[in-house]
Amino acid sequence: MYETSYHRAGSVSDAEAAIANAEDGKFLAGGQTLIATMKQRLAAPTDLIDLRHIADLKGIAKQADGSIRIGAATCHADVATNEDVRTSIPGLADLAGKIGDPHVRHMGTLGGSIANNDPAADYPAALMALGATVETNKRSLAAEDFFTGMFETALEDDEIVVAVTFPECTTSAYAKFPNPASRYSMAGVFVAKGDSGVRVAVSGAGQDGVFRVPEMEKALESQWSADAVANIKVPAEDMLSDIHGSSEYRANLVTVMAKRAVAALS
Amino acid sequence: MSNEGIGARVLRKEDKRFITGAGRYTDDMVLPRTGYAAFVRSPHAHARIKGIDASAALAMPGVDAVLDGNQLVGDGIGNIICGWMIHSKDGSPMKMGAWRALEPEVVRFVGQAVAVVVADTLKQARDAAEAVVVDYEELPAVVDSLDALKEGAPQLHPEAENNLIFDWEIGDEAATNDAFSKAAHITRMDIDNNRLVPNPMEPRSALASYDRAEEHYTLYTTSQNPHVARLVLSAFYNVAPEHKLRVIAPDVGGGFGSKIYIYPEEIVCLWASKRVGRPVKWTSDRTEAFLTDAHGRDHHSTAELALDADHKIIGFRVNTVANLGAYMSLFSSSVPTYLYATLLSGQYDIPAIYANVKAVYTNTTPVDAYRGAGRPEATYLVERMMETAARELNLSPAEFRRKNFVRQFPHQTPVIMCYDAGDYDASLDAAMKAIDYEGFPARRAQSEAQGKLRGIGMSCYIEACGIAPSKAVGSLGAGVGLWESAEVRVNPVGTVEVLTGSHSHGQGHETTFAQLIAERFGLPTDNVSIVHGDTDKVQFGMGTYGSRSGAVGMSAIVKALDKVEAKAKKIAAHLMEASEGDITIEDGEVKVVGTDKKLSFTEVALAAYTGHNLPEGMEPGLKEGAFYDPTNFTFPAGTHICEVEVDPDTGKVTVVGFVAADDFGKIINPMIVEGQVHGGLTQGIGQALLENASYDEDGQLLSASYMDYTMPRADDVPSYVVETTETICPGNPLGMKGCGEAGAIGAPPAVINAVTDAIGTNNMQMPASPARVWMALQSAGLKQAAE
Ligand SMILES: Cc1cc2nc3c(=O)[nH]c(=O)nc-3n(C[C@H](O)[C@H](O)[C@H](O)COP(=O)(O)OP(=O)(O)OC[C@H]3O[C@@H](n4cnc5c(N)ncnc54)[C@H](O)[C@@H]3O)c2cc1C
Repeated sequence: MYETSYHRAGSVSDAEAAIANAEDGKFLAGGQTLIATMKQRLAAPTDLIDLRHIADLKGIAKQADGSIRIGAATCHADVATNEDVRTSIPGLADLAGKIGDPHVRHMGTLGGSIANNDPAADYPAALMALGATVETNKRSLAAEDFFTGMFETALEDDEIVVAVTFPECTTSAYAKFPNPASRYSMAGVFVAKGDSGVRVAVSGAGQDGVFRVPEMEKALESQWSADAVANIKVPAEDMLSDIHGSSEYRANLVTVMAKRAVAALS
Repeated sequence: MSNEGIGARVLRKEDKRFITGAGRYTDDMVLPRTGYAAFVRSPHAHARIKGIDASAALAMPGVDAVLDGNQLVGDGIGNIICGWMIHSKDGSPMKMGAWRALEPEVVRFVGQAVAVVVADTLKQARDAAEAVVVDYEELPAVVDSLDALKEGAPQLHPEAENNLIFDWEIGDEAATNDAFSKAAHITRMDIDNNRLVPNPMEPRSALASYDRAEEHYTLYTTSQNPHVARLVLSAFYNVAPEHKLRVIAPDVGGGFGSKIYIYPEEIVCLWASKRVGRPVKWTSDRTEAFLTDAHGRDHHSTAELALDADHKIIGFRVNTVANLGAYMSLFSSSVPTYLYATLLSGQYDIPAIYANVKAVYTNTTPVDAYRGAGRPEATYLVERMMETAARELNLSPAEFRRKNFVRQFPHQTPVIMCYDAGDYDASLDAAMKAIDYEGFPARRAQSEAQGKLRGIGMSCYIEACGIAPSKAVGSLGAGVGLWESAEVRVNPVGTVEVLTGSHSHGQGHETTFAQLIAERFGLPTDNVSIVHGDTDKVQFGMGTYGSRSGAVGMSAIVKALDKVEAKAKKIAAHLMEASEGDITIEDGEVKVVGTDKKLSFTEVALAAYTGHNLPEGMEPGLKEGAFYDPTNFTFPAGTHICEVEVDPDTGKVTVVGFVAADDFGKIINPMIVEGQVHGGLTQGIGQALLENASYDEDGQLLSASYMDYTMPRADDVPSYVVETTETICPGNPLGMKGCGEAGAIGAPPAVINAVTDAIGTNNMQMPASPARVWMALQSAGLKQAAE
């Protein structure tokens, strides 16, 4: 690791000031991605601004309209075990409980995960399928506008994710096929039914990161059953291919995981 | 009465320090004024070094020195050796390319060290290493051994034309060809053995210091065999004469073979410690471990099995191309030859065997012995062939094997080995019973009802441990003898220290070796300490690998104990005025048989050291040493049966049952043996389903971290059922065979035979990853659809 200066921000404005003063500053949340990258000397921020102690970024709250607002610095384990999340959006609790291992789940955060937008990360699928809104220190963004490609988001360098709000939904489930080595997602499918209809979003498999599958959504609108998606294949040429599996294999996993997510709800 | 003797499940004495964080590993060692080393490594798989500019690095804070290969060669540090000479079938010696601890001219694999920085802190060293500018001219690379043999392939070493290191053979080619011409059935397969990264929990580490006044070096290092390290460092690398070099291998966190060898980093730390005049420390990070720890396996083979009309095997023919990587590591040449092809007879009576092995250079990390070393490759080949032949002929896999089992001992195979004892039916029976083989069809039907494919597969393995005797291995090309030494020191108060040339890095020697003293004298194991891993304490030893510490290392202790016991009895007889033949030692007491006369063990020990009343002419003291050179290998054998369930939608294989029925001969501590088997099986399942060192065509290691290299985790393996059967090994005083590698040897074919049984195709290379299994199912489905 290269030398770096650590700042503990007490508030969002603290963090804003610290990043403005830094030569090449980076926000730090759980450090589960950033610290590992720095240890490998692949990242060398001059300053680290720790967001985990900002009260505004913490906590899980059920809002009057039934939506759930989760602070960006909330760790995966808290999301997985929160009663409100478990009853209102069981698919989200389940997803958070399947991320990494216990150590990772107690350090890694929602904000860090979506800001990083690893194509193999799980959360982006939930945000897309649930039609979540990302709240930053500057604006509010629909999930669709937030994720802009593999490891790419709409965030500016000095923009902080403050919270994510998940609207109420009738039913939700996540089925994940983990990469055998990293246990990140090789294909994770989040299926949600709510006021705005059915949404199906996929993590892990797509070359451009998270994506929705309109054909599956349509099929499920007309028939809510695993069979409805059983023959819908996403185009293999848009999928990732690596030593763990070809793009054809990943395309197959998308269909299989979609079936399993729906089946879990039937 | 001590109940800690042979056969007792004594809890591991070493675990208190290991599980409370009190172990002392090389990286824990602290010496004043230590400088830290960081290596400058090649990012290219093959490149010419046109220049190294260290000026920027040398100007950085805390930097003591930047040393490169020209300085190393200039100081007379010798090239890295391979300690086993193999001759090709045309009689020519193997073709060794020069391997320098720091390469001055041409780098040949990603991660090869070209320079080292020594600085006040690790961070300063790493910063400076990044600032060393190496001007490379990239050369074309080759990573697959079959490609390396092709015309026009990039050439690695001028010494080895066509990248061929040796073209070796074993067995009777004419007799084997003759068998094939008479065969009623021939089974043919192309079988690969995937390349693995050893991944011991503790990465390699070295701390070297040089005493200017005494011209003496001390090296703390992660070694499975510190004495061999000292010998090689002294005799071949010209670091220092043996008496001016002390090598200490303190607690070592796993090795699996990868810590047998003396690597460039250890050599460089020693050399640099004198050059810079301060101790030099280096500890591998995980990326360096992936790139530079010797890898294992990596064979391409074609195999043919000839059967007569009665399904008896009449011939076995094998062609193997072994990838040895960019350089020949210390024992690399012995692994695909004498540790491999000599086991191709398996548990079977095969009249004619012929194997040809070509060893090849490629632009990859050097390959050497890794848990099992050659024997897993042989077993995988034999047991995949046996299973496939049985399926082709519609025979029960068990009955087909039984038909061909060796049942008369000793049994001379056509490939050197002479099996001394075994009962292969017994282990096959035990394994089939334990897994409820009969009940499999019902379990398969149950799985089918849930949309899953279930398969069962077995492997009847044999392996050879305690590689020996020295005279025989010498005639086959080994550069060292393969005996072991021991010294038993009884202290004046009757406690015992055992000095051994074996080295424990996870095996539990401090417990099992102490049990020998408990058995012999009835002393509690708490009164015994095992001393190992320090060339200043133990005179010489050959270290631990090839499951040799039991059969060879403990046999040496037994020999030394015989001498101690004899002397103690003489002293006791003298003290109690009895005849020597009437003295027995048990429960910590020395007694005269048939009387109530006795002395405590302590009293006898004390008498030996006071010397006040010893038999006429006897030297004081109670300390004896022994060297033990076995008469033969030992031959552990057994049957492993694996049951899997395959999810046809995803290709994911779940191991739902695994039984190992092993014959390890006499067992000293069943708990420790089970632990060894569990670990070995997990590595075997890892190889079969998960692990793979995967290179891209430019020679970059794609699976260079745990993000991409799949280590087996607890939830990847089932609860094992481990059983033992016993035939006593006639070759050593304890009747032991060895158990350290059996799991990794027996498991892979059992797993793949189960997977192929489940998915209904014989072709499946390791690892049977979900994607690979799914693809196999797809192509089987397409084939079916076409028919
Ligand atoms: C062993 C292991 C296994 C894992 N398995 C999985 C898995 O199965 N599925 C999965 O989805 N993930 C997995 N992860 C990733 C992990 O869950 C975290 O989500 C991820 O590492 C990022 O979260 P973090 O809080 O650690 O962020 P950091 O590592 O601290 O930061 C990541 C990036 O986000 C930025 N950032 C952080 N917080 C904010 C914010 N509030 N606003 C703006 N930018 C911000 C940082 O500047 C940095 O660029 C795994 C990680 C490890 C180490």
